[in-house]
Amino acid sequence: MNSDFRPYAAGTQPPLDVPDYRGTAKRHPLRARHPMPQTITETTGPRFSERHFPVMADMTKSTNGQAALGERIVVAGRILDEDGRPVPHTMVEIWQAGASGRYDHPADQHDAPADPNFHGDGRVFTDADGNYSFLTIRPGAYPWPNHRNAWRPTHIHFSFFGPAFATRLITQMYFPGDPLLPFDPIFNSTPDVAARNRLIANFDLAITQPDFALGYRFDVVLRGRGATPMEG
Amino acid sequence: MGFTTASQTIGPYWHIIEDKALADLTRFGAEGERIVLTGRVLDGDGAPCSDACIEIWQTDPPQSDTFPGWGRANTDATGAFRLTTLKPGPVAGRGNTQQAPHIAVCILSRGLMHHLVTRAYFQHEPLNETDPLLVSIEDPAQRATLIAVPEATGVWRLDIRLQGDNETVFLDV
Repeated sequence: MNSDFRPYAAGTQPPLDVPDYRGTAKRHPLRARHPMPQTITETTGPRFSERHFPVMADMTKSTNGQAALGERIVVAGRILDEDGRPVPHTMVEIWQAGASGRYDHPADQHDAPADPNFHGDGRVFTDADGNYSFLTIRPGAYPWPNHRNAWRPTHIHFSFFGPAFATRLITQMYFPGDPLLPFDPIFNSTPDVAARNRLIANFDLAITQPDFALGYRFDVVLRGRGATPMEG
Repeated sequence: MGFTTASQTIGPYWHIIEDKALADLTRFGAEGERIVLTGRVLDGDGAPCSDACIEIWQTDPPQSDTFPGWGRANTDATGAFRLTTLKPGPVAGRGNTQQAPHIAVCILSRGLMHHLVTRAYFQHEPLNETDPLLVSIEDPAQRATLIAVPEATGVWRLDIRLQGDNETVFLDV
């Protein structure tokens, strides 16, 4: 029988109530989460096939082949579990703003030029060793109405599934040296500083493609199973 | 050994990756008792959460070429989501226990730094009386937040209250 997925390590996940992030005020539950032993519902999860979820590893071209504006970047990394084992053949979903800091989304009213050749969605699968890679445009920073002069640091949204319902992860990747990071309540909500800083990608010359695109490495860790199976 | 990467909010723009087809788990022709799971996501003021993402996962019927077991839906201006799936049967629990038919529900939205997890059980299901999770929730009103109620033939409603009066029981899994 499969053993349980381990609880999150203290401080490595953001709390639900983040006073500096106003959106959490009316959306965070007041009661503690109800403890329950994991069952087959939590220790198994959906499998996604490229047949139904086609790979979209180049986000820099429109559907009719026109090039999006902005600085091309390669983002690559490895998905491991907490024990350092690769998470193979798992789906990774990606979405982001374009180079001007605007999303191709009707709710985004930021007065920055839209790019008709950039929708901002991507999808890749890890290989047998947990590696993934995609080509995109470096997104721009943008203002948001959280507080006066609030700006989101440059970021890319990621969705990971891993092997089980219990390993679901949605996060954001940030860029090294971004001067907005110290001011962002979303980035800063994770109490553990090292855990927070692991959301910042590293510039990587080995991923950088000569005469073409800068490369960034973003490694991700999904929950691992406990070493000792709990009583079944 | 590493630590699980920190979660961040899904934000208000996740629809960029949305595919409405994912809300219908019967789209590949799976046969069985077709049901609709619907409900509203409400915040602490009772206001609709109109930008949430609802994902479901069920282990019965088992995942197959015709049944993905997983689906995703948006909430609309009234906070309502709507998924079409097959009604699950009982599922093995830990040890020798049996779980009542249920669907796992994952709630992601702007203002949620980490996804929330709950379950949809089905009202009047005899196994609800002995389901290990339901039994572990002592307060009947809290237990009821996990139990979908029939709204019409084949349509089950589970409202999700993120905060305050009648707050949904969210699970630490």
